[in-house]
Amino acid sequence: MSLSRWVIVVSELTFEDVTVRFGTRGHATTAADGVHLTVPHGSIVGLVGESGSGKSTLARAAVGLVPVSGGRILLDGQPIDHRARRLQMVFQDPHSALDPRMTIGESIAEALPRRARDRRDRVAALLDLVGLPAECARQYPAQLSGGQRQRVGLARALAGEPDVIIADEITSALDVSIQGTVLNLVRDLQRRMRLSMLFISHNLAVVRYVSDFIAVMYHGRIVEHGPADQVLADPQDPYTRELLAAAADPAGQLDLGETSDTTPAHR
Amino acid sequence: MKRILRTPLGLSAAVLLLAVLVLAVIAPLVWTDQANAVDTAQISRGSTAEHWMGTDNLGRDVFLRVLVATGLSVRLALLATAIGVLAGLVLGAVPVVLGRRAGRVVTAVVNIAVAFPALLLALFFAVVIGPGTTGSLLAIGFATAPGFARLVQTLVAKVAGLDYVAAARVAGAGRIRLLVRHILPNVAEPLVINATMAAGAALLAFAGLSFLGLGVQPPEYDWGRLLGEGLQGIYLRPAAAIAPGVAVVVAGLAFHLFGEALSKGFTRHTAPVKLRRTEAASAVPTDDDAVLVVEDLRVAFPGVTPVRGVSFTVGQGEAVGIVGESGSGKSLTALAVARLIEHPGQVDAQRLTFQGRDLRNGDDRVHRRLLGTSLAMVFQDPMTSLNPAMRIGRQLAEVAEQHQGASRKQAWQRAVDRLRAVRIPDPERRARQYPHEFSGGMRQRAMIGMGLMGKPALIIADEPTTALDVTVQRQVLRLLRTIRAADGAALLLISHDITVVSQVCDRVLVMYAGRVVEDLPADELHTAARHPYTRALLAAVPDMTTDRDLPLAVIPGRPVDAAQVPTGCAYAPRCPLATERCVTAHPPLETDNGRRVACWHADVPVQVGDRGE
Ligand SMILES: Nc1ncnc2c1ncn2[C@@H]1O[C@H](COP(=O)(O)OP(=O)(O)OP(=O)(O)O)[C@@H](O)[C@H]1O
Ligand code: SF4
Ligand SMILES: [Mg+2]
Repeated sequence: MSLSRWVIVVSELTFEDVTVRFGTRGHATTAADGVHLTVPHGSIVGLVGESGSGKSTLARAAVGLVPVSGGRILLDGQPIDHRARRLQMVFQDPHSALDPRMTIGESIAEALPRRARDRRDRVAALLDLVGLPAECARQYPAQLSGGQRQRVGLARALAGEPDVIIADEITSALDVSIQGTVLNLVRDLQRRMRLSMLFISHNLAVVRYVSDFIAVMYHGRIVEHGPADQVLADPQDPYTRELLAAAADPAGQLDLGETSDTTPAHR
Repeated sequence: MKRILRTPLGLSAAVLLLAVLVLAVIAPLVWTDQANAVDTAQISRGSTAEHWMGTDNLGRDVFLRVLVATGLSVRLALLATAIGVLAGLVLGAVPVVLGRRAGRVVTAVVNIAVAFPALLLALFFAVVIGPGTTGSLLAIGFATAPGFARLVQTLVAKVAGLDYVAAARVAGAGRIRLLVRHILPNVAEPLVINATMAAGAALLAFAGLSFLGLGVQPPEYDWGRLLGEGLQGIYLRPAAAIAPGVAVVVAGLAFHLFGEALSKGFTRHTAPVKLRRTEAASAVPTDDDAVLVVEDLRVAFPGVTPVRGVSFTVGQGEAVGIVGESGSGKSLTALAVARLIEHPGQVDAQRLTFQGRDLRNGDDRVHRRLLGTSLAMVFQDPMTSLNPAMRIGRQLAEVAEQHQGASRKQAWQRAVDRLRAVRIPDPERRARQYPHEFSGGMRQRAMIGMGLMGKPALIIADEPTTALDVTVQRQVLRLLRTIRAADGAALLLISHDITVVSQVCDRVLVMYAGRVVEDLPADELHTAARHPYTRALLAAVPDMTTDRDLPLAVIPGRPVDAAQVPTGCAYAPRCPLATERCVTAHPPLETDNGRRVACWHADVPVQVGDRGE
């Protein structure tokens, strides 16, 4: 593969044949298995897949929280220097994502670039951006509800002025009312700041709404990847089709009675 | 701290410890000369009026010497503990700072060291370093270190696995900062407790070494040495041996009991539900068959009352859903029902009965038993409700062992079976894994499995499927349904996802700002919702046909801050139908044909879901 092909493009996140294994040789779990995926500059790639299919693992590998066992993750063609904070992540679980001993303001300020001035104003502006009152800065996570904490997580990720944001199920813990605001916010921010984003969600309707590209993950592999319209209109993989069928009919998707065991097609 | 002093044990331990410490400082200053005064006329006397613990072989007063020895004994014990704690902290925290590989080596060394009894290690070090104060100080310090290191490692590993530490790493915090700012403060409490107890142990150990002649050397003396001297003449002058012995025991106990009191004080307490005037006429007709009856439930914290009078019943085998925005008090309602609200929370209710039993009084043990058997609770937050240091299977099995008296093996088998029931693939292997080896969704399923270890009459599930994808969500919800069908269990399902609730439940309660604003059958939700808020919620859900070029429909404004609930209807600032009356008067929850709604203008048609803010 010629490297020059990648160098031209700016702020593009690339997974090259990435494999992540957990555990020792005897009982290892392969969470990501030869993943190829590109998040092009200024676009949102939506990653859908069932729980445990390796979505979060991929996200954590990108920001350096788990080591990759094989393959490479590149930013603009270069191996990622995690100290440069060019990648930021918003976490899935709003309850454990904030240090219980730090105020909201401290948590956000910690993620601001070191050179940043007027830190208090910046924190207030970020809180406002995600729809929280400035007084929140003095509160502790235990005093906020789950949804409020998740917005703090988003503010913290934005504080680092990253080139790429990894958003891991950021709306799954949010109310529908706020989910709309956050999704609108995500799209708005992305358009204004030309952020690249890997947007992970199990909710296809949500992914469909924000994404330019859609990748479908199943059992650690990317089984389908392409422009959103194409994947939605003409799914190739049986699992994608199953997802689409389930999402297409929101009222029927939980028709618990008649559907036999949803044995996923790939097993 | 106040809480600790309020218990009799805590108070007496604190007083005792304070006395020991004060004596340790004062005694050497005041009595050193007298205690060293040689009196050849009074050699080796028993108890007399003048020397009431007798004198030693140089005629010095034993009692005064014991008092003065407090200084050295306590000082040495504290120093040794400090050395041990410091070494333990370094050894325990080093894996975080060094990273994986070097950390593993340190951990292995610590694990081997922990296997030796501390006193044996101390003896070993004392012999190697040589007898003397410094030698035994280091010996006891190093002997304390491995146990402490192990504790630090366990605690640190627990905290280091949480997302906020990961988040700080992604935000660029260095390893030292992670340790100092994020990890250590969150493990400090158990460390302080253990250090206090370790000081008591060090005191005993030092006395032991000095007694054997390995510790403090003449002319200095501590309790151990006095004990050794006293023992030589124990048949003639028992007091000379008893006095230092008692001193060692009392001081050791003081440290130990205080540590114990600290640990009791730090473990959180639940605030028992306060009894409120029960004479008030009951508005809701009593349904004696109901599994759960809640009437006028309030949950308050200093300055806020996030749950402001919630009433509902859950019938036998019925599935009731609670929906509402973040912060509307859904979780607090559930926690209050399970009596899990923590200090300084206050709960009161006019009625709170579970299977006909009044939950407002009765002691904590009864409630914990209830939680393990007939009331299952599945939490919103799977990571903090699972113990990160314990295998998943064990955690599930423990429930069956504690509450159902199952044998270890039976309990394990049931755990594996329950994991299989919640569709954890390869449950035998997975049961042996730790929570961090599970994905978020799998942890949630394991939590549900834990709730299903008993035979619950009511399952309270707070956001159980939030992080699950549609296919697994469907399986889990079907699982809940199967359980309900098999055991007739009722379900209280809390979710912000109105679609899930409407599909799974028989009845839906919509909460806003700590109150129920609508209560209606689930199958009427999409057709007959009357409250403007319910209708707005329904309109805000994106589906596969939503126009991707337009902003999503949102409910304008923010949810109400629980600390500043407006008078009148709490939804008024966001409601397109709000009128003068809404702002001034709070709409009561009116019952009509089994349905309840709290709105002055219910049924007025409304253009909900305006685009954008
Ligand atoms: N320990 C506490 N001290 C003070 N306020 C609290 C405490 N716990 C919760 N609150 C407040 O009570 C309100 C209700 O919280 P609750 O957790 O019940 O919300 P929820 O409806 O479950 O929200 P979510 O959907 O986000 O989980 C919130 O405004 C929250 O800030
Ligand atoms: S009472 Fe008034 S403000 Fe409240 S929901 Fe009804 S119409 Fe809206
Ligand atoms: Mg909640």
